Amino acid sequence: MSIGEKSRHGSMQGARRKKNLVLTTMVLPGAIWLLLIRYLPMFGIVLAFKNYKAQRPNTFWNNIIKSEWVGLKNFQFLKSPDTAIMIRNTLGYNILWIALGLVIAVAFAVMMSELSNRFLAKTYQTLMFFPYFLSWVVASYFVLAFLDPTSGMIPALQKRAGIPVTNFYHDTTWWPLILTICNLWKNIGYSSVLYLAAITGIDTTQYEAAAVDGATKWQQIWHVTLPNIRTMIVILLIMNVGKIFNADFGLFYNVPQNSGSLLPVTQVVDTYVYRAYANTHNMGMSSAAGFLQSAVGLVCIVGANAIVRKVDPESSLF
Amino acid sequence: MQTSARKKIKGTTASLNRFGPGAQALFHVLLGLFALLCIIPFVFVIIISFTSEESIRQIGYSFHPLSWSTQAYTYTFQLGDQLWRSYANSFLITIIGTVLSVLMCFLYAYPLFRKDYGYRNFFNFLSFFTMIFGGGLVPTFVICKSVLGLSDNYAALIVPMLFSPFNIIIMRTFFQTSVPTELIEAATIDGSGEYGTLFRIVFPIVTPGIATVALLVALGYWNEWFLSLLYINKNMNIIPLQYLLMRMQRNADFLAKNSGMIGADASRAATQLPSQTLKMALVVFIVVPIACAYPFFQRYVVSGLTIGSVKG
Repeated sequence: MSIGEKSRHGSMQGARRKKNLVLTTMVLPGAIWLLLIRYLPMFGIVLAFKNYKAQRPNTFWNNIIKSEWVGLKNFQFLKSPDTAIMIRNTLGYNILWIALGLVIAVAFAVMMSELSNRFLAKTYQTLMFFPYFLSWVVASYFVLAFLDPTSGMIPALQKRAGIPVTNFYHDTTWWPLILTICNLWKNIGYSSVLYLAAITGIDTTQYEAAAVDGATKWQQIWHVTLPNIRTMIVILLIMNVGKIFNADFGLFYNVPQNSGSLLPVTQVVDTYVYRAYANTHNMGMSSAAGFLQSAVGLVCIVGANAIVRKVDPESSLF
Repeated sequence: MQTSARKKIKGTTASLNRFGPGAQALFHVLLGLFALLCIIPFVFVIIISFTSEESIRQIGYSFHPLSWSTQAYTYTFQLGDQLWRSYANSFLITIIGTVLSVLMCFLYAYPLFRKDYGYRNFFNFLSFFTMIFGGGLVPTFVICKSVLGLSDNYAALIVPMLFSPFNIIIMRTFFQTSVPTELIEAATIDGSGEYGTLFRIVFPIVTPGIATVALLVALGYWNEWFLSLLYINKNMNIIPLQYLLMRMQRNADFLAKNSGMIGADASRAATQLPSQTLKMALVVFIVVPIACAYPFFQRYVVSGLTIGSVKG
């Protein structure tokens, strides 16, 4: 290698190093945020295994380091009957909603794609997507308009008809249904728009070929549309299964107005962790519950993805 | 002969490629009913906000009130202080949060799109991993509050939501689909610096992507109340409207107490408050900006969410 080539090689390396450096300065703000707000709290997981008490000097890290290790004592909440109910609620609602959401959203998307009147189809889509943009605080007032014990529409109608008035915010009977309606109301529009986007992308010649072969429209849906959106369905399923131990805090906290008598049907992991900390300041126990939730979530999403990769490698997330 | 046969085939394919009128009608009924269900609650809340207290006392909330009234809205002006400050806070937090967040997202996603960036995989993973694992609510809360000082200040309502791996994926995909690598190479050969290339050449190409991320982020901030629930204990001057509304449901005279009036004035205001219609009027205040902007941003959000969910 001649001297000239060597120095050119060196300067290229220098240029590359400089480029990497400049590009790294772009990543830096985000990276610092991630380290502080996402990675630093991961060390806080040790709180789940400690009996957190104020030490001297009373600074956060010192308190963590000097607090005594208690092994799995913070996980004893798992034995309480409240925990069983909370886990049942979380899994039950999630499984029900994943199944219902999938079927209804796909059905709606197929229907919208098949309407001859494109203007109405677009209008339905716009209206159905709207609740997705509202917060659960706002939605909780929508529910209140119908269920409020003193002037809500349903109790008021019951009063006028002379039927005994249902006190919705103290009676657990209706809440599995109410929460299901709320969840579908808010999320169906979003997922059917996603499926609709996938359906619109299907090559129309596939339908023509199927029609020439004598397939009826129903058969075309079954043999052309559904196989084509399979990847989309699988991806959304993985993401939902990965989140099976997460619940929408706002839905379970705001919509039932944080009512204590409804807890048997509205308590889920996220509200449990929040209430454990907000009401009793039990840092060890609430950290332990949160840690379990994160760990199970990680296992679920990696597991679901591994299964998908085996069955259909193209659909896997990572 | 031949043409008639072809016609026949064509006729059958056309009919086979459409559902019959019966099925179409059924679809319209099902979709139409659900679509109505999606906006009726909002319409109902608007009606309630214009209902007179007297009508509510007599027949409760109804789609056909006995009499109408704008009392709730006139009261928002009399009882202004806390209410308008919260409304202003909502706008302030949304605007500042969105600007900072979009800038961070834009800057973080760009090097991840550059195949020639040496630490691409590392920073990609740094962001992705937080999508599947986290420290949990309590450790995050405790560290943000005691170590980072996010407590009773605007930063507590903005910083925890500044960055989202989901948005990084959306932004990166926009880069990948709309910015040709040759363009960047050409700019580099012409002597353009990395920041110059990013802001002068790449930025104008990916404005649809930026709009998408900005809208998603803005919606997130506008609808945010959980951060206030966690981090705001005393300083009610900085809470957004969403949280004010949430507090009002728990204690009805919250607004009167925090309106800047004192003593007898406050308690008189609290008893005269058309509290039910007033709350519904505040709901209208929150939803109206979204409803007005919705027709314009829907397209962007659909494209963004579609990308994010497929690649995510």
